[in-house]
Amino acid sequence: MAAPGVAAGGGNWFSALALGVTLLKCLLIPTYHSTDFEVHRNWLAITHSLPISQWYYEATSEWTLDYPPFFAWFEYALSHVAKYFDQEMLNIHNLNYSSSRTLLFQRFSVIFTDALFVYAVHECCKCIDGKKAGKELTEKPKFILSVLLLWNFGLLIVDHIHFQYNGFLFGLMLLSIARLFQKRHMEGALLFAVLLHFKHIYLYVAPAYGIYLLRSYCFTANKPDGSVRWNSFSFIRLISLGLIVFLVSALSLGPFLALNQLPQVLSRLFPFKRGLCHAYWAPNFWALYNALDKVLSVIGLELKLLDPNKIPKASMTSGLVQQFQHTVLPSVTPLATLICTLMAILPSVFCLWFKPQGPRGFLRCLILCALSSFLFGWHVHEKAILLAVLPMSLLSVGKAGDASIFLILTTTGHYSLFPLLFTAPELPIKILLMLLFTIYSISSLKTLFRKEKTLFNWMETFYLLGLAPLEIFCEFVFPFTSWKLKYPFIPLLLTSVYCAVGITYAWFRLYVSVLTDPPVGKTKKQ
Amino acid sequence: MEKWHLMTIVVLIGLTVRWTVSLNSYSGAGKPPMFGDYEAQRHWQEITFNLPVKQWYFNSSDNNLQYWGLDYPPLTAYHSLLCAYVAKFINPDWIELHSSRGYESQAHKLFMRTTVFIADLLIYIPAVVLYCCCLKEISTKKKIANALCILLYPGLILIDYGHFQYNSVSLGFALWGVLGVSCDWDLLGSLAFCLAINYKQMELYHSLPFFCFLLGKCFKKGLKGKGFVLLIKLACTVVASFILCWLPFFTEREQTLQVLRRLFPVDRGLFEDKVANIWCSFSVFLKIKDILPHHIQIIISFCFTFLSLLPACIKLTLQPSPKGFRFTLVSCALSFFLFSFQVHEKSILLVSLPVCLVLSEIPFMSTWFLLVSTFSMLPLLLKDELLMPSVVTTMAFFIACAISFSIFEKTSEEELHLKSFSISLRKYLPCFTFLPRIIQYLFLISVITMVLLTLITVTLEPPQKLPDLFSVLICFVSCLNFLFFLVYFNIIIMWDFKNGRNQKKIN
Repeated sequence: MAAPGVAAGGGNWFSALALGVTLLKCLLIPTYHSTDFEVHRNWLAITHSLPISQWYYEATSEWTLDYPPFFAWFEYALSHVAKYFDQEMLNIHNLNYSSSRTLLFQRFSVIFTDALFVYAVHECCKCIDGKKAGKELTEKPKFILSVLLLWNFGLLIVDHIHFQYNGFLFGLMLLSIARLFQKRHMEGALLFAVLLHFKHIYLYVAPAYGIYLLRSYCFTANKPDGSVRWNSFSFIRLISLGLIVFLVSALSLGPFLALNQLPQVLSRLFPFKRGLCHAYWAPNFWALYNALDKVLSVIGLELKLLDPNKIPKASMTSGLVQQFQHTVLPSVTPLATLICTLMAILPSVFCLWFKPQGPRGFLRCLILCALSSFLFGWHVHEKAILLAVLPMSLLSVGKAGDASIFLILTTTGHYSLFPLLFTAPELPIKILLMLLFTIYSISSLKTLFRKEKTLFNWMETFYLLGLAPLEIFCEFVFPFTSWKLKYPFIPLLLTSVYCAVGITYAWFRLYVSVLTDPPVGKTKKQ
Repeated sequence: MEKWHLMTIVVLIGLTVRWTVSLNSYSGAGKPPMFGDYEAQRHWQEITFNLPVKQWYFNSSDNNLQYWGLDYPPLTAYHSLLCAYVAKFINPDWIELHSSRGYESQAHKLFMRTTVFIADLLIYIPAVVLYCCCLKEISTKKKIANALCILLYPGLILIDYGHFQYNSVSLGFALWGVLGVSCDWDLLGSLAFCLAINYKQMELYHSLPFFCFLLGKCFKKGLKGKGFVLLIKLACTVVASFILCWLPFFTEREQTLQVLRRLFPVDRGLFEDKVANIWCSFSVFLKIKDILPHHIQIIISFCFTFLSLLPACIKLTLQPSPKGFRFTLVSCALSFFLFSFQVHEKSILLVSLPVCLVLSEIPFMSTWFLLVSTFSMLPLLLKDELLMPSVVTTMAFFIACAISFSIFEKTSEEELHLKSFSISLRKYLPCFTFLPRIIQYLFLISVITMVLLTLITVTLEPPQKLPDLFSVLICFVSCLNFLFFLVYFNIIIMWDFKNGRNQKKIN
């Protein structure tokens, strides 16, 4: 990371950063991989050996295909390379098959498809204005941004240890953001439409795209006070946007529509049968809600306000089971979470419509959408925090306030990923990589904004430093205490509640900054 | 230091690479009956923990010296004992006498890897960081870059964290020694170096430059005044630290002699396996091992070693300087590696350490040497199934060096430290101006050969008649490279410093 920084002004620092991280990814090949490894192997097998009509019906393995069709085609394409590595991994009935060649193939497929991510980062760096460029390379916003994105801790451990294909998907997202920054709106819309058909989790940020394209692309002019000039509406632009979305969707879902399988596909994509929280509570609002319920029930029991016999048994092992039954507070339904999410997203979207601030405003709205749905969504995975962290990196190098929010969000968000890796050999790796990323991000952004006031107030500093004792307690002290058998869920509970506080705080601060920012129309007129 | 955070990041990168490499296989994994160095280290823990000190180095029914008998100096044994106490606390099965032989499990591997990691973290890495901070005449950024390159040197990482050894302890102590002696804390320096020798006898490769440098210092201060006091102090420090380390073995004469016999097994032969030194390479043409009687082999190797390191050592004694000291360390260690008796392929690390120290002065040549040194251990690494980490860490190291020092732009005579040599040469050969060009071409040829040989070794099966063909080729090529480096470093030592002062005046 620091190596290219030292080559004073060499033009190839970017490739050095990218190569460096690629080599690190290669070193991570022998690390632990989760069941997602088997998920993707199974999908390779399904797409390779079955006709399209059975892709979304096949259920030999419990890991059925539940990503949109483009991802299935992606696996199909991969499987044609995979057959040269090991034919056996393409057999549907070879459950949990993992030869060394399979491992190599799967790991390298992630590393190679990350090339798209690298390209996207390269494009993003072009969108950063270099006004504040320091003399030294390491202090330039471009350099810092590319390190923050390429060496992102979360992406490294989720993709290259835990095993998933987020790299190239985020590549698509960052590329489409970069295209919007470059005023190539059609391309941006196309990329995002394609992305949606790769992984539908990106629907969370679709409102930002929709409103932004409608407001700032379909309406070609503003009134002097920044409000919308209705007669400047361009029908051609709207239709071409619609056409793009329609064509992409037709390409993806068309075959299944023709086979009359659309309901089946959709039921696989949106399984509402799962619980409110994932096995490990993602650090969101519901984690706080559950924890509050827990505290209240304990207090209730102590004060004899609750009848012990009526308390559901599962609540004692909360954090380990999927279904969490509330004892005191009302239970949460999917509809309630949907309403909460929409309520949380709405103000930011309104802001995007009434106070358009160009691509930066769009980016803020996108991050708020991602964060709001992370905080209030149904069955959220902790990995989804990357959806906010990566775009936030783009903002962080622009303004001191954003940098401060970014650091809180990233540090807590990344820390909340720790339970993903629970095996002993990976413990040093996650700690070292986390330290590496956190120290770099904090020190570099501090250097970048050294003229401004300090990035953190005492409370934030205290909170972030608190992560260290939390980690020491959860992974080094707790396993040796007698509570380990009685309350095995405590480390996970503590982690998710502690991180939920930080993430909610970051969300709140970002919201405040978006809502209180002066409308750009008065200061900067197009 | 204002860039402390960058230094922290560099250290963290070094640690991350080390730990990820350690996830790979180790020497002799699942290969009974003898296993490999991993089992040797575990066995030493078993021996030192269960047997009284007096029996450690002796053959007995409990201590079969044929099965990885202890053949390192006492400090290694104490270190094993310390690890054994921790092992006992975690899982007593790991060090049970007799029954733990060949013990292998994921948890045990994790434990062993952690011991290496901690030793490295405590001894070698602080020394590297401090050394880089103490470097003079270069910017802070260059210091950090230098630390990054040294910490990423693949040879040491692969041997310690892949193959499994504790080289970072002895090399770390040696580095503390270099640091101390160069910063004029002579007593501390010599103490650290004594610890290094007492951890691994191979550190004797470095002993002559230490001796000559300190002696030179004493001479400089005047043998009748301050110099004499310093000499006495140094002698006392060395003797005292040796006595301290060897205390349990000084009780009986036989004990001491037995340890020495274990440390220097002269009856083992001129070289073992495939080593990239002169004797092994020469055996391709003539089987010296079989033709010459044993004692003659010893004498020949001694003479060659002595002759090849003599000039540099004399020079250092007469003109002691920290810079000259570092270069003499390189050339002496290289002479030992190439010519001395009973050399292991891993001993090249003893040359690599001082080369790492001159990385900032002659980046191009040092990087080249360090690449060759890693390459020379390829047969060993392949045997341990470490191909992937070897390739990756070597590339990472190369990129780090290439970018930090922009090595390809630093090939002028000046930057190769060959200015005065070519000036002297031009007195006889006026048209001799193409030296840098030659060196660039040599580098290209060398790198291409290494890459090709690696590819061939990995992909092709050797012919049945010559199963060792590729490893012998690798040794031969590396040996040629090393010979070239020996000549180069001696030229630098003999010519460069002579005119060093004059050049500065001109500038």
